[in-house]
Amino acid sequence: MLECVPKETVEHTVGKINPAKTCQPIGAMYASLGIHGCLPHSHGSQGCCAYHRMHLSRHFRDPVLATSSSFTEGTSVFGGAANLKTSIKNVFEIYNPEIMAVHTTCLSETIGDDVATMIKQSEVPEGKCVIHANTPSYKGSHVTGFSNMCKAMVTYLAQFDGGARKERVNLIPGFVNPGDMREMKRIVHDMGIDFTMFPDTTDVLDSPLTNKYEMYPKGGTTVAQIRDSGNSKMTLSLGSYSSDAAGIALQEKCGVPCVPLDIPIGVKATDDLIMALKKGFGVKVPDELTIERGQVVDTLIDTHFHYQGKRVAVFGDPDIVIPLTEFLLTMGMRPVYVLTGTPGPQFEIRINKMLDGAGITERKVKAEGDLFDLHQWIKQSPVDLLIGTSYGKYISRAEDIPLVRVGFPVLDRAVHPLMPIVGYRGCMRLIEMISNTLLERRDRDSLDEDFELVL
Amino acid sequence: MTINEAELEGMYSKYPDKVKKNRKKHIVIKDQAAAPQQIEANTRTIPGILTQRGCCYAGCKGVVLGPIKDMAHIVHGPVGCSYYAWGTRRNKARADDDTPPEKMLNSMCFTTDMQESDIVFGGEKKLAAMIDEVVNTFHPSAISICSTCPIGLIGDDINAVAKAAEAKHGIQVLSFNCEGYKGVSQSGGHHIANNNLMAFVVGKGAREKVGKHVINILGEYNIGGDGWELERILKDIGYDINCVLTGDTSYQDIRNLHLADLNLVQCHRSINYIAEMMETKYGTPWIKVNFIGVESTAQSLRQLAQCFQDEALTQRTEEVIARETARIMPAIEQYRKICTGKTAFTLVGGSRSHHYQYLLRDLGMEVVVAGYEFAHRDDYEGREVIPSIQPDADQKNIPELHIEPDQELFREGHVHLSMSKEKFEELKKKVSLNYYEGMYSCMKDGQIMIDDFNHHEIEDLIKILKPDLFFSGVRDKYVIHKMGVPAKQLHSYDYSGPYAGFTGAIVFAREVVNAMTTPAWKLVEAPWEEAEPKGGVPDA
Ligand code: SF4
Ligand code: SF4
Repeated sequence: MLECVPKETVEHTVGKINPAKTCQPIGAMYASLGIHGCLPHSHGSQGCCAYHRMHLSRHFRDPVLATSSSFTEGTSVFGGAANLKTSIKNVFEIYNPEIMAVHTTCLSETIGDDVATMIKQSEVPEGKCVIHANTPSYKGSHVTGFSNMCKAMVTYLAQFDGGARKERVNLIPGFVNPGDMREMKRIVHDMGIDFTMFPDTTDVLDSPLTNKYEMYPKGGTTVAQIRDSGNSKMTLSLGSYSSDAAGIALQEKCGVPCVPLDIPIGVKATDDLIMALKKGFGVKVPDELTIERGQVVDTLIDTHFHYQGKRVAVFGDPDIVIPLTEFLLTMGMRPVYVLTGTPGPQFEIRINKMLDGAGITERKVKAEGDLFDLHQWIKQSPVDLLIGTSYGKYISRAEDIPLVRVGFPVLDRAVHPLMPIVGYRGCMRLIEMISNTLLERRDRDSLDEDFELVL
Repeated sequence: MTINEAELEGMYSKYPDKVKKNRKKHIVIKDQAAAPQQIEANTRTIPGILTQRGCCYAGCKGVVLGPIKDMAHIVHGPVGCSYYAWGTRRNKARADDDTPPEKMLNSMCFTTDMQESDIVFGGEKKLAAMIDEVVNTFHPSAISICSTCPIGLIGDDINAVAKAAEAKHGIQVLSFNCEGYKGVSQSGGHHIANNNLMAFVVGKGAREKVGKHVINILGEYNIGGDGWELERILKDIGYDINCVLTGDTSYQDIRNLHLADLNLVQCHRSINYIAEMMETKYGTPWIKVNFIGVESTAQSLRQLAQCFQDEALTQRTEEVIARETARIMPAIEQYRKICTGKTAFTLVGGSRSHHYQYLLRDLGMEVVVAGYEFAHRDDYEGREVIPSIQPDADQKNIPELHIEPDQELFREGHVHLSMSKEKFEELKKKVSLNYYEGMYSCMKDGQIMIDDFNHHEIEDLIKILKPDLFFSGVRDKYVIHKMGVPAKQLHSYDYSGPYAGFTGAIVFAREVVNAMTTPAWKLVEAPWEEAEPKGGVPDA
């Protein structure tokens, strides 16, 4: 496997080989699905939409419905206005969503379609709405697309009605699984704080099988809730790449103060979330959470020798990788290669600072990198463990390094979208996955005389 | 089991008038008495319809070119298009003498990852630089460049870049103008890929023909090892397989495609162009085969044997059929007990919805709704309708190659098959050479054919016809599950296989049975939600 990848560093300056990111619209489509009764709509040729639905379906193993403007060659020349207007009419008549969330593709962006104006000129039924985000695929990554659609929710929908602010927090959860969102909601709920989380894909992309098929499952943040988020007391935007844009927009539009935080992966980031809530709302942290935190610390002490000192390579989306790296350091592991496909300066700055703090000097950190980079680094100096998306499995096999699957997408393992990696429970799950993967490996590799029952 | 007029009208009633008018032409209920019945196909998808169709690029790179294992397939465009076609279509391949492990490039993804400034200033330089790096690093046998939507718009001349790179590096660099918006579905991309392979690769090889009965299998992509199962059977009978296009195939194999005596066509839609063009250029006859299903595999093998008129081959064919059927039938019989009387929908690809009907019939099942995403009328109605298909603007955007007989390599059909002209004429009466009958002929009265099927229609048809099984792709799969119907992916076989040939029939049967009988289906309703308590003492 991958015998074609050379060991010595080769000149690799243009394009991507085995990319560690994908294009904006898929992130926008995912975010849209976190609005209740929303039908995402892809403004471009239908192939993009087909691909994005396919990929999301594979990761979540749940229905992902979205429509397309179905551009053909003629449309590409004359612009997509007619197609979008027809789409809006057809979508509301046939599929009757509460809201349509349009995102552009590289095609409609290159033509320069002015989607905002097209929407204004379309007939939208009473009580329904259409929002849009520009998601050119030649900028950023799927994370940028997610962020842009979250921001569109604010700019189109959020309102400040004046008067007293509601004792409520807005949570923008970042590009994470429904299982993670559910866990975040649980934490805020346990703290006794009223909240609105948007987008919220719980009960949409982890919906139950009950024999009652609903095109629009019961989950998702309602349009009314997003509208009312403008009246909340504060916003916590989790993950600077995926959530800050929306948080800041809400602050600017409706005056809701935004506190930027990391996605709560690991003890520190979860502590930060809880402290921000405690400070913001003057509540007491419930014993339940204190106990969970103590359990994590206890587990870390009990299991540290399984993983401490191990060299690990981490890749994935920046908002996941940043707090995850922090947690790996907390575990005493040595993240020597840290890579994201998404561009942006923050990533390298933050990771380098963390690794400096931990005294990890021999390392490679890269934003806008690809898995070919990562593979070459590993070939030159191996690691004990790889943590990242399913795409890491090729390197894992080629170099015989175990892989723990975390992030988006995971296409070859079961149940992951329902299982959180956030919060203290998420910490336990990460410790479990990492420890057990390394222990399995130790069992597999040990000689008969070294094979032991208890580890 | 079928649908009545009122139910059909009910389904259409949700549509705006224009949509209704359009969709009606794409849905045909088979009625032998009313034949010929025409179905509209290969026309534009209605904007805003929840279609399952993909794009031209997906057909070109994703289906036809992607499996060629020793080529570097560079996708020129933003990252997404390349990323989604990376490892997501299953094409098993292994290293061999022609393609040593370090030449296997099929788990790689190459994209120019166009950025905003490239879109503004053009990406030709970037593409050229990427080709240089890829050649220097990976030494591929050849390179393909596929262009995506924005590339077509900004007007990058990928053909010129390819030409220059070819001169510079001394390997073939093929360019495919397969921008996603071309045509109306994946179909346009199949055609473009066929055209370029035919124009620039096929016939360029210098190998000698090896063997007595040399065949190509066209339109077989080795999903789940289908191609390998077919090779096993065919080699066992005594055929020499020159090339499987494009499953587990190498660039060298395609260059030598012309060396076969006969082409077998498995997937009609994606590859019939090459079959036809080879017939014109080299005189190579082709037959449409179907190796999905026990009966149909046997039938295809017998047809094939007839084409060669060789006693020994015919005899060996019967032996292999007898041996293989004896091997698999006991298992099939067991599965058949569970499947008999059940119904299914097959909505996939450009030949599969037809092929799988035979295998399901082997299991005692009947397909009540069958359709395609990107087929043409001939895939439904048979090739005789081709002359009557009026090309519209979208179809005209896909260039037709003008092919002429090759001065040196053209041989008459009967020469290919080593028989006299008279014998060949006789053979034509027995075996339909160069012909495909389409799916319609296989359907029974009352059964429904549906072109470019969409979410609303499927939802309604499931409610009305309540099938026991649903075969399509991953985009429908989970929707169908939520409706309480087991769904199997026929694009990817749910990552199993093979499904073709004799071994495939057992694998398929076992999985179909598992899908229908997995105990969880009995748990769908929570006990406290059952309307009537089933026996026992009611709650006090
Ligand atoms: S990169 Fe552009 S054309 Fe390709 S899938 Fe993404 S949006 Fe579509
Ligand atoms: S029609 Fe089907 S078999 Fe043919 S290329 Fe396709 S998906 Fe494939």
